[in-house]
Amino acid sequence: MVGRDVLRPGPTNHPPGLLSGPGRGVVAITAAPARPDGTSDAHPAVQLEGITKRFPGVVANKDIGFSVARGTVHAIVGENGAGKSTLMKILYGVQRPDEGSISIGGRVVDLHSPADAIAAGIGMVFQHFQLADNFTVLENVVLGAEKLHGIGDAARREITRISDEYGLDVDPDALVDDLGVGARQRIEILKVLYRGAKIIILDEPTAVLVPQEVDELFDNLRELKSEGLTVLFISHKLDEVLSVADSITVIRRGTTVDTVDPSSVNARQLAELMVGAELPTPQTEESTVTDRVVLRIEDIVLAGAGAGRNVLDGISLTIHAGEVLGIAGVEGNGQAELVEVIMGMREPTSGLVFLGDTDISDWRTREIREAGVAYIPEDRQRHALLLEAPLWENRILGHQTEEPNVRGFIINAAGAKADTERIVKEYDVRTPSINVKAGSLSGGNQQKLIVGREMSHQPKVLVAAHPTRGVDVGAQSSIWDIIRQARRDGLAVLLISADLEELIGLSDTIEVILRGRLTGTFDPDTVTAEDLGAAMTGAAANPEETR
Amino acid sequence: MSTFSPRKLLLAVAAPVLALVVAFLVTSAILLLLGDPVVEVWQTILSWPKPRQLVQIVNGATVYYLSAVAVAVGFRMNLFNIGVDGQYRVAVFAGAAFAGQAWFPGPLNVLLTIVVAMVAGGLWASIAAYLKVRRGISEVISTIMLNAIATGVVQWLLLKVAVKQQGSNSISTKPIPESSQLDGLGLIPGATNKVYTLILLAVLVGALYWFVINKTRFGFDLRATGRSESAAVASGVKVPRMVVTTMIASGALAGLIGMPLLFGQDHSYGTTFQAGLGFAGIGIALLGRNHPLGIAAAALLWSFLDVQSNALQIRAGVASEVVFIIQGVILFAVVIAYELIRRADVRLEQQRVARELAATRSDAPTPEGATA
Repeated sequence: MVGRDVLRPGPTNHPPGLLSGPGRGVVAITAAPARPDGTSDAHPAVQLEGITKRFPGVVANKDIGFSVARGTVHAIVGENGAGKSTLMKILYGVQRPDEGSISIGGRVVDLHSPADAIAAGIGMVFQHFQLADNFTVLENVVLGAEKLHGIGDAARREITRISDEYGLDVDPDALVDDLGVGARQRIEILKVLYRGAKIIILDEPTAVLVPQEVDELFDNLRELKSEGLTVLFISHKLDEVLSVADSITVIRRGTTVDTVDPSSVNARQLAELMVGAELPTPQTEESTVTDRVVLRIEDIVLAGAGAGRNVLDGISLTIHAGEVLGIAGVEGNGQAELVEVIMGMREPTSGLVFLGDTDISDWRTREIREAGVAYIPEDRQRHALLLEAPLWENRILGHQTEEPNVRGFIINAAGAKADTERIVKEYDVRTPSINVKAGSLSGGNQQKLIVGREMSHQPKVLVAAHPTRGVDVGAQSSIWDIIRQARRDGLAVLLISADLEELIGLSDTIEVILRGRLTGTFDPDTVTAEDLGAAMTGAAANPEETR
Repeated sequence: MSTFSPRKLLLAVAAPVLALVVAFLVTSAILLLLGDPVVEVWQTILSWPKPRQLVQIVNGATVYYLSAVAVAVGFRMNLFNIGVDGQYRVAVFAGAAFAGQAWFPGPLNVLLTIVVAMVAGGLWASIAAYLKVRRGISEVISTIMLNAIATGVVQWLLLKVAVKQQGSNSISTKPIPESSQLDGLGLIPGATNKVYTLILLAVLVGALYWFVINKTRFGFDLRATGRSESAAVASGVKVPRMVVTTMIASGALAGLIGMPLLFGQDHSYGTTFQAGLGFAGIGIALLGRNHPLGIAAAALLWSFLDVQSNALQIRAGVASEVVFIIQGVILFAVVIAYELIRRADVRLEQQRVARELAATRSDAPTPEGATA
């Protein structure tokens, strides 16, 4: 772990005397800046030491340690799958660490449940809001905390007080259904404040916000910290982190790499810390694109629910043999639906899909898969695996009608088992046996099994949605290798990913999807992540999008 | 680590045994509380049955077995067919009315009656299947309501076709001709009564159930849908079609429940025909974990308790209904125990996999990074 011992403000630096006793006004010896008003508390608001959490086959967190000063915004950054979410679940009492200790305000706490965390003054705002749409703000806030201020006027007064104090601008009697994303997030923040949180964890809070809302959120966060609250801010968007955080802890491969002062680093240095120098980069070799069209999509339209805008709005794509077409976009802009339309899981309102010269628009999922469309779904646990079934039954899944899994209408267990052994060996699936349940494997090994299975039926097309999401670094690089090999073998690959490095490194062409429409085509050799980012959020000047 | 490791066998047997122990303790406690003679009750229930009672037990279990298999087919794909009771009533009525006409000679009449009953049961179940697939109505709700409707419909139809039985107030369909009545098999020595001939049908159904569910493509799709509907859809299973097929198959199997009774005992369908068989099937399927042999064991246990409870009033002075308490507690306990053991199994296997992988890779670097 490069640089870790040099720069990390180890908790062991504290003289033992300073850690005991509830003294106030003593200057804290931490790397984090002191409170803006010049005072500081003796104890950091949060201090983690040696946190380790193991899951089957994988160490999610290993010897994590950092401390957060009171009244600061402290960012935790790291790639997808670096272990940030596990760490936050540990801090919020959802999961218990196997080793290590958590101190809140100098006192070691043992968090068994979110209730313990709330009692210790920790509140969490999840990425996916947990609000009842058909309830008012007041009802949502008091739900589960009815004992604090009742459910009537006292609660309303308290909500208004908190809203005014921190500038949250929340109307207690508004119906949540009528509110936008930014306002909903402020309700979530208000909810944790209402429950008395002094330390607020925000998990990827900007993922769902448009730029203006991000600015508003950051104003709110500054307000919170000026009132003496502590904010833990989890993100992988480095520019945002640099603009709002007082201190940044970088996590890579499950462990703390460094804690840095944002004024002393730039985004590039931070990215290097995050990724690490030894990480393989997804790099394709010379072009293998041919002129033979394998998958063609013509003017796909998928109407939204009710009178809403179209989820997919006139999507047309052509993928040739030996070509990787990457789709970039902020999640929820129609990528998932596009994949489901191609796979026959969803009926488009209009439009056609061709496999070679064959119109497969009306085909069902099974026929499409039999015709040679391999599919790596975005959510492997929900769409690609039977978690409680053994590996060899999972090898059958999705290819129930094909050799070597069946003979006529009878399942060929022996054939499937033998082929599972082959996949396990060839694709380096780490498992003690093919009879263990799929749910017992780590994410990376589950994904390697899925990729191996999908590549085992001479596919012509590979539809890969977030193929390396949540897998460890080793599995990531082998999955990249497999996609490159598929490209060399003349497959047409549709790659959907949120990882721009992955898209740029693997694709021959990148299309940007925004609100169900393809809004730009980029050449991965010349495009930068910034260009793509701008196009994905609609920030790039695009005549089509000005209305 | 074969599929039949001792650990798995132990886990499979642990839950039912645990449930029986809990049922024993709870029932004893209730008896004590009410001042009933605990020892006599258990002595009566746990005494070895006489040959005549053994036949009754086997016969009762035959009917329960068919009922539980009908329920289990749905359970395997998370389809809760609570309507087996209604389906078997409709089916046995249709079958009895058909058989009573004696349009065909002896054994052929039996065979065709079975087909008629299966079709009737399947049709009745298809109403719930249609409502679920086309209208999104939960099969639990619709089948419960269809049970009530079935009771009414069958009674009304019975009045239309009924013949008055001699020397009794009850009415029934026209009795089936003697040539189509099945005498029974003298399987148990020393018994004056006989085992239903159609126990053979139950054995056949059990074997077919095992084969179709575990060995065929259809069975794989069915189990995949039960384990994860989303994954099944992505794998190409047409779930609505599976719902319709499975529901109708379940209803058709429900149609068989009344057949051993019709041909081996009652010879007609009337107001005295045994009721509540469909509901017992739900419990027996649960207890037997939807496994063909597990269900057989559970059906025998249920029938054993039924038969042994008959003597309770005379020998222990306790109402035989106490057996319902035992059966109810067994079910409660077993459902809880299965869930606990399932979770323990998942956790143990995860730990074991992690341990074995760590052992084989002690020379390789520890894998780092996070799970999804």
